[in-house]
Amino acid sequence: MGASVSKALARIFGNKEMRILMLGLDAAAILYKLKLNQSVTTIPTVGFNVETVTFKNVKFNVWDVGGQDKIRPLWRHYYTGTQGLIFVIDSQDRDRIDEARQELHRILSDREMKDCLLLVFANKQDLPGAMSPAEVTEKLGLHRMKERSWYVHPSCATTGEGLFEGLNWLSQNAKTK
Amino acid sequence: MGVFYHIDKSTVLQEARVFNESPIVPRKCRLLLTKIIYLLYLGEPMATNEATELFFSVTKLFQSKDIALRQMVYLVIKELSTIAEDVIMVTSSLMKDMQPKSEVIYRANAIRALCKIIDATMLPSVERFLKAAIVDKTPSISSAAMVSSYHLFPAGKDVIKRWANEVHEAINSKPTSLVGTASSYLSFTSSGSSYNTPSTSNISQYHALGLLYMIRQHDRMAVTKLIQQLAGSSRGTFGSSSGTLRNPFAYCLLIRYAAKTLDEDPNSRQQMFELLEGWLRHKSDIVNFEAAKAICNIKDVTSKELHPAVNVLQLFLSSPKSTLRFAAIRTLNKLAMSHPTAVQPCNFDMENLITDQNRSVATFAITTLLKTGNEASVDRLMKQITGFMSEISDEFKVIVVDAIRSLCLKFPTKQVVMLGFLSGVLRDEGGYEFKRAVVEAIFDLVKFIPESKEAALAHLCEFIEDCEFTKLSVRVLHLLGVEGPKTATPTKFIRYIYNRVILENSIVRAAAVSALAKFGVSAEDSEVRKSIKVLLTRCLDDNDDEVRDRATLYLKLMDDEESAEKYVKDDSTYSLAALERQLVQYVSNQEASEKPFDLSAVPKITKAQAEAENLKSRSFDLVSTQTIGISSSAVASTSAAAIPTSRDATPTPGIDQQVVYAHQLEKIPEIAAFGSLFKSSVKPVELTESETEYVVSCVKHMFDEHIVFQFIVNNTLNDQLLENVTIVMQAESDDGSLVEEFVIPAPNLPYDQPGSIYVAFKRTNPEDYTPCCFSNTLKFLVKDCDPSTGEADGEGYEDEYLVEDIEIVTGDHILPTYINDFQNAWDSMGEEGQVIETFALTAAKSLKDACTTLIDLLGMGPVENSGTPTSPSLHTLMLSGTFLGNIKVLAKSRMTYSPSSGVTMELSVRSSSEEISRQKGSSRYICLFKVSKSGTFAALASVFAKLFTDSRTFVVVQYLCNTIGNETIFNCEGLLNEIKEDQNRIMKFIRICCFGSIFICNALMWTFFTKALNKSSSSLQVTVLNSATNFCMTAVLGNIIFGETLSLQWWFGASLIVIGTLLINKSIHDRKDRMKNKDKRQ
Repeated sequence: MGASVSKALARIFGNKEMRILMLGLDAAAILYKLKLNQSVTTIPTVGFNVETVTFKNVKFNVWDVGGQDKIRPLWRHYYTGTQGLIFVIDSQDRDRIDEARQELHRILSDREMKDCLLLVFANKQDLPGAMSPAEVTEKLGLHRMKERSWYVHPSCATTGEGLFEGLNWLSQNAKTK
Repeated sequence: MGVFYHIDKSTVLQEARVFNESPIVPRKCRLLLTKIIYLLYLGEPMATNEATELFFSVTKLFQSKDIALRQMVYLVIKELSTIAEDVIMVTSSLMKDMQPKSEVIYRANAIRALCKIIDATMLPSVERFLKAAIVDKTPSISSAAMVSSYHLFPAGKDVIKRWANEVHEAINSKPTSLVGTASSYLSFTSSGSSYNTPSTSNISQYHALGLLYMIRQHDRMAVTKLIQQLAGSSRGTFGSSSGTLRNPFAYCLLIRYAAKTLDEDPNSRQQMFELLEGWLRHKSDIVNFEAAKAICNIKDVTSKELHPAVNVLQLFLSSPKSTLRFAAIRTLNKLAMSHPTAVQPCNFDMENLITDQNRSVATFAITTLLKTGNEASVDRLMKQITGFMSEISDEFKVIVVDAIRSLCLKFPTKQVVMLGFLSGVLRDEGGYEFKRAVVEAIFDLVKFIPESKEAALAHLCEFIEDCEFTKLSVRVLHLLGVEGPKTATPTKFIRYIYNRVILENSIVRAAAVSALAKFGVSAEDSEVRKSIKVLLTRCLDDNDDEVRDRATLYLKLMDDEESAEKYVKDDSTYSLAALERQLVQYVSNQEASEKPFDLSAVPKITKAQAEAENLKSRSFDLVSTQTIGISSSAVASTSAAAIPTSRDATPTPGIDQQVVYAHQLEKIPEIAAFGSLFKSSVKPVELTESETEYVVSCVKHMFDEHIVFQFIVNNTLNDQLLENVTIVMQAESDDGSLVEEFVIPAPNLPYDQPGSIYVAFKRTNPEDYTPCCFSNTLKFLVKDCDPSTGEADGEGYEDEYLVEDIEIVTGDHILPTYINDFQNAWDSMGEEGQVIETFALTAAKSLKDACTTLIDLLGMGPVENSGTPTSPSLHTLMLSGTFLGNIKVLAKSRMTYSPSSGVTMELSVRSSSEEISRQKGSSRYICLFKVSKSGTFAALASVFAKLFTDSRTFVVVQYLCNTIGNETIFNCEGLLNEIKEDQNRIMKFIRICCFGSIFICNALMWTFFTKALNKSSSSLQVTVLNSATNFCMTAVLGNIIFGETLSLQWWFGASLIVIGTLLINKSIHDRKDRMKNKDKRQ
């Protein structure tokens, strides 16, 4: 009963719901920063976490799936219905940016992810020697993607800087269902 | 539910895509999840990829916060965890749900689901959470954590062992009054409100105890301590934790652990038993029952220990709850197999249960009653059983039939009822096993209860008219052939048998021909013979070889009286055990197989003997099948113990053993001359300890007029060779009743090869069977030898070795026999040859004890199942045996038992010869009396000796005169004066009298002394007793007659002598361990 009332209300006020898949290093920390607005030290996610974050009338269903080698092949189970992918990059770790590029392209090549928005958080901007968003864009080879709307945003999970800006972009670009 | 009516796996899997949709509709999903669970419950096979796909779809549902849906998700995850791959995917989500912050209802279920998906390698990472969960205040969480740990234990022993402290804390935690959620997983209330329902079950204690035991199970000390602690010992040692357990299931678990400890560790028996007994008085039924059951299952439980447990079960029998009734009757039924007497007090309550509407309770009640009941109740029980035989399964019918079979043998007078019942069930539908059981039961009736023979055979005839089992038909036909001709109207069976020849298959036909022939051979009436010949002639046209062959053979035999006598009528059969042994020997021996097998060497036994053996093994079978599971190992061990230690005797007890001995003895020509062996003692008597240098045991062989002692000597020294080993036997009392005939020494005895020495005695007076005792000395020539080669070197030297005494007791002369109707035989024996004695056996612990000792001592066989007492306080033991020279002996012993005074028994013996009866009873006890007499006379002798020399003789005479005078009003003043006047003359006369008395007393003393020695098994005992009596009597007489004062010191010394005498007597008893020495003349 309560659920249907809220659904009706949502329809009246034009509430949108978005399903977001969030992958990459320290994604869990970002998730809980968004959800609880407090920084939590997390252990590497074995499996996934799912939380709902409401921002500017948009209800984001955020799926944070762990990035261990064992789990990566299982990402595909969560592609279906995903409208936006948030890919978190450790801006300081130049050695593994190439690995990140490969994984990203593999994800996006999946049929289920054809229409989904791509938001890249260039995380850990507070640390010295971090790559700039432009550099990250370059390294990930995003320029070659013509078909897709993508956006790279600098962020800092510990302070929460840049996170909501990213979500803002997602909500604005999301196709109305 | 209509929804579940046509569920199809593929449809459900298709529908499962709804999980991926967003937003989620909890109601729809829940229904779908229920369908999945239902499918899995039905055992629908699910491929790995399907399951994995489904699993990942289900994980999407974690985004919904709906509580009921989440619970279903947990359930499905648990179900899929074993089929799907990559189930670790939900680890993070579950761990989040089990955090203290989340909903209580999530936490417990998340823990359970989590433990299903993780393996041992991941255990350390969740250890912290689980430990916290175990000590959580909420019982459902604590329980979930502990149950999960219990299941994970085999995989993650090392990690979980570290949690013992937490688990211990969980057991001892105080009851939480307000928190506690209903532990239901399936709560479809969709509201998010908290589910607080107060839990009073304390079930988490049960889980905690289970886990704690699992952790500590290999540490016996810790387990014992745990049990004591939790039992809340009333002694206050563990007072602080007394009564921590509040959950009855936890108590049940504790009882099982206690019972297990009791079973494994005999040292803790007393302690654990006390605990178990205490739990019988617990306020919860379930605990009482568990404790009672545990006590009933103790391996060697005594009837005293059983008593409280049976009382509790008896109360349950009249409980209104059918589960309690069932539990109690089932336990009692099991107990009745091993301890029927213990169950007897419940008979009344069990009879009420026969009409219980619960069929299981009723059947258990009846079978239990059959085991414990008495003759009077049999009729009623049989009627009850008939009522529901058709309602129970074949296996159970077999049990009932077996129970009835043993009842028949127990109460022969009830045979009519039983036979009626058996023939009734024989007509019912049933499988082979069931029919076989019935037919065998009827066979037993025919064999052992003569009155029932005619009727039983008629029933069997009717049975084979329509029998689908060839095997049974053949057996019945054989029995008809054997028993039929002996009945009053043999002709009526012939028609039934000939019908078989016409109607049945070839195997049955052949058997029928054999049966017919038996009638033909034994028939008196020539008319009958003629008819049978006609019938057999018709069989010559049969199309089966075997049938024709048999018919031809029997036709020939019928014409030839002599061979018919030999081959058809002869009742005797070969001793099958012996035959088998010899055949095996024959087959394995190459040389022997060149010659034909010598059948005449196989001992023949008469039918009666074979049957008696059969019955014995049958009744043993019955006993052992009843107690199977509990005592099968015990039976095995006792029969193993019965195997003689000597290696040259084949390990087969009983009659075969005797055959082996007989065979050995026949090989020795001197002994073979004595005639046939009457009896060999069953077990060799050990004359040395088993670890001495030379191990000697002895077997007594009784012949009609001779006794042969076979000494089996084993040399256990590997550096010695014994040569010319012989035994010197010295009878304790050489009254000439036994005269040594010869000794056959063992020529040489190398290391570890036992040899036999035979010593033969002849009874000079064949009628004299006085028990006697021999002291034995082993004499031999020792040669040192090389341990490795066994070669002897050089000259040896003579040596001797004293071994223990051996004695011949009454039992050696008696062969146990089996008779069918004891009462009849007893009455026909009459009063003439009866001797009755009463004894108190203080040392016997129970009636059973007393029975076995008595049977051992007398060497007679118990009759009519009287060997095992059925009541703990009163029992009549009936024994029968054949005395040497084929004299029948029957003994009846009425015994009563009370814990304070031990067993009191009245032994009455009847036999065709009065001499035997008397001697059996009395000999032992007369000797004690004689010894006392001899002691008294010895004392008198010394008194007279003193009177002869003492100056105070006069005073004594005066005293005597005074005493007599007082009584007879005879004034002896005058006499005394006379004596004073003529002192010398009279004194001389008295002194001469005294002098004479010395010799008379001494002579009497010696007579009694030697007689006592004759009667007693131990000369030491006699001598000591004689001296003690002498000493005491002298002192007493000295005091009375001579007025000698007895100081305190004297009393002290005298009591020492008395105690010493008792001790010596006692030690002799202990060493010989024989009942009669323990007895005292009452």
